[in-house]
Amino acid sequence: MVDREKVHALVREAKSESLEEKDILINTLHKVQDYFGNYIPVEAAEIVAEELVVPKSKVYEVLTFYTMFSTKPRGKYVIRVCVNLPCHVTGGREIVQTLKELLGVQFGETTKDGLFTLETTSCLGLCGVAPVIMINDQYYGDLTPKKVKELIENLRSGGDAR
Amino acid sequence: MPLTATTILICAGGACISAGEESVKQALEKEIEKYALNDVVRVVETGCMGACSLGPLMVIYPEGVFYQKLTPQAARKIVEEHILKGRIVKEYLYKMPTGEVIPEAVEKLPFFAKQVKIATRNVGYIDPLNIEEYIARDGYFALAKVLKNMSPEQVIEEVKASGLRGRGGAGFPTGLKWELTRKSKGERKYIVCNADEGDPGAFMDRSVLEGDPHTVLEAMTIGGYAIGANQGYIYVRAEYPLAIERLNAAISQAKEYGFLGENIMGSGFSFDIEIRIGAGAFVCGEETALIASIEGRRGQPRVKPPYPAQSGVWGCPTVINNVETFACIPPIIVNGANWFRSIGTEKSPGTKVFALAGKITNTGLVEVPMGITLKELLYEIGGGSSTGKKIKAVQTGGPSGGCIPSEHFDTPVDYESLQKLGAIMGSGGMIVMDEDDCMVDVARFFLEFTVDESCGKCTPCREGTRQMLKILDRITSGEGTEEDLDELEHLANVIKDTSLCGLGQTAPNPVLSTLRYYRNEYEAHVKEKRCPSLKCKQLIRYVIDPTKCVGCTACARVCPVNAISGEVRKVHQIDNEVCIRCGSCIEVCRFGAISKVSP
Repeated sequence: MVDREKVHALVREAKSESLEEKDILINTLHKVQDYFGNYIPVEAAEIVAEELVVPKSKVYEVLTFYTMFSTKPRGKYVIRVCVNLPCHVTGGREIVQTLKELLGVQFGETTKDGLFTLETTSCLGLCGVAPVIMINDQYYGDLTPKKVKELIENLRSGGDAR
Repeated sequence: MPLTATTILICAGGACISAGEESVKQALEKEIEKYALNDVVRVVETGCMGACSLGPLMVIYPEGVFYQKLTPQAARKIVEEHILKGRIVKEYLYKMPTGEVIPEAVEKLPFFAKQVKIATRNVGYIDPLNIEEYIARDGYFALAKVLKNMSPEQVIEEVKASGLRGRGGAGFPTGLKWELTRKSKGERKYIVCNADEGDPGAFMDRSVLEGDPHTVLEAMTIGGYAIGANQGYIYVRAEYPLAIERLNAAISQAKEYGFLGENIMGSGFSFDIEIRIGAGAFVCGEETALIASIEGRRGQPRVKPPYPAQSGVWGCPTVINNVETFACIPPIIVNGANWFRSIGTEKSPGTKVFALAGKITNTGLVEVPMGITLKELLYEIGGGSSTGKKIKAVQTGGPSGGCIPSEHFDTPVDYESLQKLGAIMGSGGMIVMDEDDCMVDVARFFLEFTVDESCGKCTPCREGTRQMLKILDRITSGEGTEEDLDELEHLANVIKDTSLCGLGQTAPNPVLSTLRYYRNEYEAHVKEKRCPSLKCKQLIRYVIDPTKCVGCTACARVCPVNAISGEVRKVHQIDNEVCIRCGSCIEVCRFGAISKVSP
């Protein structure tokens, strides 16, 4: 069940922070997504449309255009793998392979236990320590298949993201 | 604040954080506490110092000793030895390839010593969360000068005279952009900072935002005064949470000090800045798409003209400049246009920040005068190849740019020279590739990126890039024909000519430039079904050298698909029908018996 009151409050909070009301849709969606832990339930998206007085279709348009928004629940840890050239030439291919094997999912999928979602990301700007991945808000650089294994095992056994 | 005898600058850039900066800092602080040194030693977390491959790192002043590759244990030792006893801890100093150690690396190492810092002048030297440190390094002095002594026209004249060109890639003269926007009719005007740095391999904007956020705020306010805007937006990509956090902190500090908000410094001029966060769409770096995204819509570009200078955010005249461009403004105002012109080249004055990535020893950020040769940049500053193999080419300008082969490394780096070679300056990313990298694979890789990031609005980009990718897929899997090469070139030129925005217009560049310089590699793929760099999986085989194999079975045990057979102490064989070319066997073989061949 979506806590409708909470969503209304979130949108009002976003409105109060902004000087221009017309343009806060994306910021508001970020807030709502953070609240639900990295996804936006359709019901909540409808409340956003209502509260900001924009057509539902426009909210849908924006939700589906930007890769960071999701209407499906994602794992507790969203793993974003940089798949750009600087990471590719420094061993990123092996990192992708290792992650897919370890988690048993492809890009865009969530593990059955609901713990991990594997996604690709555009360049994270940490090319100095490529290959790089991002788990929720944390960066991990200079990765090797071995380090990735340790990282995942640590998270699986309840360790924190650092 | 008590006077401190020692200041430790510890790099808290994204790369160092990912390498464990936080635990080093905690160990440092704990140890300082333990010896009751709190009053005499100050630890400052700075922005990125640039030498990302050496992180986590720190510099201890006043001595200027540079420590690198730190661990919590190293931090404890440095406090005990260096801080308490004044003895330099040699094991964490920078070592030259010759084995010589350099304590004052910041002054003496070519990586640092050859740099000229304008845009990144404060990054790595100040605490980005402390406005006083920015002020202590002439921060907000340019704003004061502008508001007290200069008319908006004079500001524009100064920027025009400096010859500053857009650092986001296209190199449009900044002063001219400001002038056009000032002259455009509109009740309201806007200043926008494009911080949607998305080019793979470029991370200078992130470093400025994280390491010196106030410089962007100051420059935007100056810009606002010059064009007659009272509102600014910083559009940051959501992939940069740390930059967003620090910008937010900087904005509230600037408001508190009266550098933002109503009646700035008593001048009567009011200006405010808000942050807008992207949500993962590369195309939003294109200015008209960025405007759409600021307005809360899908980030899709539109036809130009009208240019943002005439019709930008909410249809009002808008200046959009990149982060690095803004970071050059305060020093230009303080030191004058002539000073800026004295650095760099005639047509490209000033400096440029480059991000060195890929197979190069000193990865990281460097700021150098325009006109430096690629050779100096990659070998003297970058330290050359990191793999021991020869550098083959460098890709500049990310997916919109092109690759430059090593034969052309004497070329000076400026907007025009790079363009002549079929590459572009772009935002300054330099991805270094060595002999192991297949140029067809690289081109295919960039195309994959464009196909992914194309917004879908115009057909040439949406469908054309997809077809190009299909052809490249055929070529890299050994099914390409000679006609495919002509078709590829033809398609590339059509997409270039007919796409709606910069993304599509430049998307074929990596293919065109690799075709220009490495046509022989393409031909090897289609004519001989061979990948000369042994990279394209479908064109290589793994073989075991019977004279080297001792039959240790290590490879057979590690193979995930059981493609390797053989008895103990007898020569093993690989069944290439079964082999998935994962390379695990090469890694475990201690006798160097396994190699790749093509075909």
